[in-house]
Amino acid sequence: MEFELSEEQALLRDTVRSALTNAYDVEKLRAVTDTELGWSRDVWRSLAEIGILGLVFREEDGGMGAGPEELSVVMTEIGASLAPEPLLGSVVVPGSLVARTADDTTRSEIVDGLSSGARLLAFAHNENRDRWPHAAVLTDGAATTATDGTITGVKTLVDHGDVADTFVVSAREADGTVGLYLVPADAEGVTVTPYRTHDRRRGAQVEFTGTPGTRLGEGDASQAITEVEIAAQSALCAEAVGAMSRALDLTTEYLKARKQFGVPLSTFQALSHRAADMYVQVELARSMSTYLTASLADGDYDPITASRAKLQICRSGRHVGQEAIQMHGGIGMTAEYPVGHYASRLTAISHTLGDADAHLAKLTGSVAEWKMVTVG
Amino acid sequence: MQLRFTPEEESFRRELRDFFTTAIPEEIRRRNEEGKQQWPDDVVTTTRILNERGIAVPAWPVEAGGQDWTPVQHHIWREEMSLNFVPDLLPFNAGMVGPVIAHFGNDAQKERFLPATRNLDLWWCQGFSEPEAGSDLASLKTRAVRDGDEYVVNGQKTWTTLGQYADWIFMLVRTDPDVKKQAGISFLLIDLDTPGIEMRPIQLIDGGHEVNEVFFNDVRVPAENLVGKENDGWTIAKFLLGNERSGIARVGYTKTKLARAKTLAAQITTPVGTLLDDPAIASRIADLENQLLALEVTQLRVVVGSSDGKPNPASSLLKLRGSELQQEAMELLADIAGADSLPVAGPDAADANGTADVLSPEWAQLSVPTYLNYRKVTIYGGSSEVQRQIIDKAVLGL
Repeated sequence: MEFELSEEQALLRDTVRSALTNAYDVEKLRAVTDTELGWSRDVWRSLAEIGILGLVFREEDGGMGAGPEELSVVMTEIGASLAPEPLLGSVVVPGSLVARTADDTTRSEIVDGLSSGARLLAFAHNENRDRWPHAAVLTDGAATTATDGTITGVKTLVDHGDVADTFVVSAREADGTVGLYLVPADAEGVTVTPYRTHDRRRGAQVEFTGTPGTRLGEGDASQAITEVEIAAQSALCAEAVGAMSRALDLTTEYLKARKQFGVPLSTFQALSHRAADMYVQVELARSMSTYLTASLADGDYDPITASRAKLQICRSGRHVGQEAIQMHGGIGMTAEYPVGHYASRLTAISHTLGDADAHLAKLTGSVAEWKMVTVG
Repeated sequence: MQLRFTPEEESFRRELRDFFTTAIPEEIRRRNEEGKQQWPDDVVTTTRILNERGIAVPAWPVEAGGQDWTPVQHHIWREEMSLNFVPDLLPFNAGMVGPVIAHFGNDAQKERFLPATRNLDLWWCQGFSEPEAGSDLASLKTRAVRDGDEYVVNGQKTWTTLGQYADWIFMLVRTDPDVKKQAGISFLLIDLDTPGIEMRPIQLIDGGHEVNEVFFNDVRVPAENLVGKENDGWTIAKFLLGNERSGIARVGYTKTKLARAKTLAAQITTPVGTLLDDPAIASRIADLENQLLALEVTQLRVVVGSSDGKPNPASSLLKLRGSELQQEAMELLADIAGADSLPVAGPDAADANGTADVLSPEWAQLSVPTYLNYRKVTIYGGSSEVQRQIIDKAVLGL
């Protein structure tokens, strides 16, 4: 059993923390998220320089060869600073799909571009009305289909699909399997409709109409998609832990500083005990994020483990976000103050790749299959 | 990061499991599993078997009969005890007064008390709580006045758990009423056969007798029974309470209860299958299992992080959530029993502690008394409110 970060991991954490702390306070954050892009190319370049963009890719392909633990370390810092840079949406998720399925030449070319920050991908996968855990390509008439290498269909909720130069698109093949295709954003028959999210991020709906694409690998890509999504859940869990932890810090600082009725708020037991409960939720979330990350580091991509972690993260995140706002009072409702932004981000994370209800339903469905759940 | 036990730890676990399942009589473990432990015999028998093997008090100093185990090994020992339904050892002996005497006692006290305490030849009970000083322990009023070679003790203790079986009581007494309330307290050992002591049972909502009031009326106690220096009792009490909190989450125990809930739910038929097919019940079980898992990983983080020997304030989190989850598991079992939980005894008042000879299964009849009994776990050992206070102060700095 070992829970401490290694020396290298701690160094990575400190490096990312200092880069993001220098880049963002709440004012700079609002300024950046109000731009059309919604994030900072300067910060992106600095993340590329310290190797963060190539973190999860193999060294042979131009990456850093780091694993799930290092990604979690970085995502925790991104969560704590609310940095809007699309590491997960533009690099890790679509890049990992390419890394798992592409031939040597394509993989090397794409990973190189991602690692240097020159390239932005997006994974066009979700289809309308398709809630997790069925977030695969639909099988009915609404599905995105691939026919002789051309893609037709509508992909919704494409994370940072507004800026991608290339899409990784999932499509139903004529034989019923799922294939992955690389499609340049400027290819014929691509329509991108961008939007903003409540947590000040960006996304897009992307329509493909007889668009030519390049098939990534052969055979059914469902397993690769599942594993990359589990890795993404782990990354989101870590990001949420960073966000929760910072929201708790802001709340305790506020309770100590803010006076009402002539005394600091922290002297009111009705509030301080609720802060203790927030702490409990943050630590339980941290434990389950660690649990999932350690499982991935062992090469075990178990959807049940992912559901266990995400369920706790969704529950903790909701509790911490709501309580942080409540204990700040009116100031917690303002856009000028960061705490509400944490609540918004935590809510977005809870709705991405399955919410608490969906994950609990998944665990409920298999509850009879084991006698007891245990670690180790 | 590594969430697996080492091969050495796994073989340590297997050895303990083999020992527990072969050396502890099957009927004792069965009774414990079914919530029908026989007091005090099952605990005495179990303790002596473990002591024979040298693992009754692993947390004590080695020279006092403890083991030089890692925190992870202690964790595994506790967990395997629970998972194999070995009765809990008497906490007053194993977790409280034993370590206190080993750390603060003089040589004569160590020699006189430690072997007997370890082997449960002496059954201890705790004299901390008083009617006017619940969670505010330092407000205790029971006086001990030095008179030559003796202390004269007057006052009242309450919530004295299992005191009806006890031979001796360890007490916090006020030896100086004129200083700050924490500063005038001493730690005293008293033979319950001393004249002037009266123990009265307190009947609880589950119908059982587990706690007592103890009255002290001019009780003369040899001064040699003082542990540590006079008026140093608060330091000893804090040491003792710190020990008490470790392992109080009882994750392994709650796991066995959830496993039992599942087994029972799968046996109960409804018009559309079994109770385990009912999504409402299945979902409650799945949810509790997950919360327990989160607590288990957190406990391991605390266990592994405590190898430097310092108490971790996060252990308050374990007490807080661990006790809540014990309660939720008992509540779940009571709800699985449903209306079959209503009968608990025959109509004759003398049968009050038995079960009724009706079709409702015995476990169902025991379920609500147990559920009611377990409301205690968020109250004792530092109530949930006290644990939150510790988190506020020691962790969050509020």
